[in-house]
Amino acid sequence: MYAERIIATPALGRLTGPGPGPVTTLRYVVARDLTLAVRRRGDVLGSLIFFVIVVSLFPLGVGPDINVLRSMAPGIVWVAALLAVMLSLGRLFAADYTDGTLEQFMLSPEPLIILVLGKVLAHWLVSGLPLVLMTPVLAAQYDLPPASTAMLMAALLMGTPVLSLIGAIGAALTLGLRGGGVLISLLVLPLYVPVLIFGAGAVEADAVGLGGQAHLSLLGACLALALAFAPWATSAALRIAME
Amino acid sequence: MVSVNRFSWFKYASPASFYPIAGKLLPWFATSAAVLTVIGLYIGLFVAPTDAQQGEAYRIIFIHVPAAWMSMFIYVVMAGYAALSLGFNARLSAMMASALAPTGALFTFIALWTGSLWGKPTWGTWWVWDARLTSELILLFLYIGFMALQAAIDDPRRADRAGGLLLLVGVVNIPIIYFSVQWWNTLHQGASVSLTAAPTMARTMLWGMLVMAIAFWMYSIAIALGRVRCIILEREAGREWLSEAEAATP
Repeated sequence: MYAERIIATPALGRLTGPGPGPVTTLRYVVARDLTLAVRRRGDVLGSLIFFVIVVSLFPLGVGPDINVLRSMAPGIVWVAALLAVMLSLGRLFAADYTDGTLEQFMLSPEPLIILVLGKVLAHWLVSGLPLVLMTPVLAAQYDLPPASTAMLMAALLMGTPVLSLIGAIGAALTLGLRGGGVLISLLVLPLYVPVLIFGAGAVEADAVGLGGQAHLSLLGACLALALAFAPWATSAALRIAME
Repeated sequence: MVSVNRFSWFKYASPASFYPIAGKLLPWFATSAAVLTVIGLYIGLFVAPTDAQQGEAYRIIFIHVPAAWMSMFIYVVMAGYAALSLGFNARLSAMMASALAPTGALFTFIALWTGSLWGKPTWGTWWVWDARLTSELILLFLYIGFMALQAAIDDPRRADRAGGLLLLVGVVNIPIIYFSVQWWNTLHQGASVSLTAAPTMARTMLWGMLVMAIAFWMYSIAIALGRVRCIILEREAGREWLSEAEAATP
């Protein structure tokens, strides 16, 4: 496995002189995680396929009546997205924790928040963005009109980064614990509630003619808030876990 | 040598000096909880008049409303203890947060349970997706998450700090969750019965509720003190002060 061999980027472990700067560091961390993801395609594809399967199971459960399905589609896609992102959270820090990369992160002169932000960004690119891109296909299964599909994609585009940011806190808190997977869901899912409500609400409000702007703005507010506080909380949680 | 005259709050931040005091205070809080519960239930069940619209079923509010108050208040208190414990590295604060969690979860559950018992005769259904019920349910999940996280960590120091961080994250999220659920509810036009449109209460009803609320306060303090003593015993087992304290108090 080549994947295990990439332990530290050139930006890390540098002991003298000024650091490479936050943007370069961020780019290195994102590039490293994306490389790892490319070399372990199975993990990435797994959660995407999980997303598709969950969405496809609902019609089998509630019946094929297209009017019912059309009204349920935004909620189902959002719940499936929540579950898919949550499933992939366990991998966010686990490999770095076991191979010692996280320890190097702690020792690195670069701020831990930037490193965490890079990891979360890579996680979103790998686990969140594919869900957004897959949504038109699933929306077609549910006969969602094009306008609603576009709104659903816009909401997912703004909401899934929040899921990654909040999820990172849960992943860091449960790092190396027994039954980490179930525990993450207990910690993280209640915190996902506002994103679910605003995300599915945007499509619904748009469909009944109220316009989804208000919900999208609220999602944007959630994103801004999460972007400001979540990396900080995640860094604190990582420090607690690594003590 | 610390001067005897100077009273220091930090003195009681150490488990060794808090343990005996908690033991002394506990019976007082427990007794007042019992007495106030009897008084409150007497007012609620016998003195307060029957409600003109809801009949006798309304009497559950004497349990329900104080429990709902306590469920929310205890989470905020726990978050306060978490902030103290992370900020000042105070072990006892973290222990207090852990000691309060089961009581908070219990009150949340009681509030949900009595709420559905009240909802069946009044609304005709056990459960509606009303904003208050839904946020109370999510609060229960938050309590369970906190307890599950602490239970999964073996090292008590890590359990304290990880739990504290989760509490702080939770307390920032609670207003967001509350308002999102409220807006979701108005969009869906879910509940047709509003709790806020209740008619003004008779004075005895209000008194009964207040007495019960104070009784629940006393109960929470008593049970938290008892539980924190157990936690101190577990954590400090084998320490010298503990065997001395055990020898001093029969």
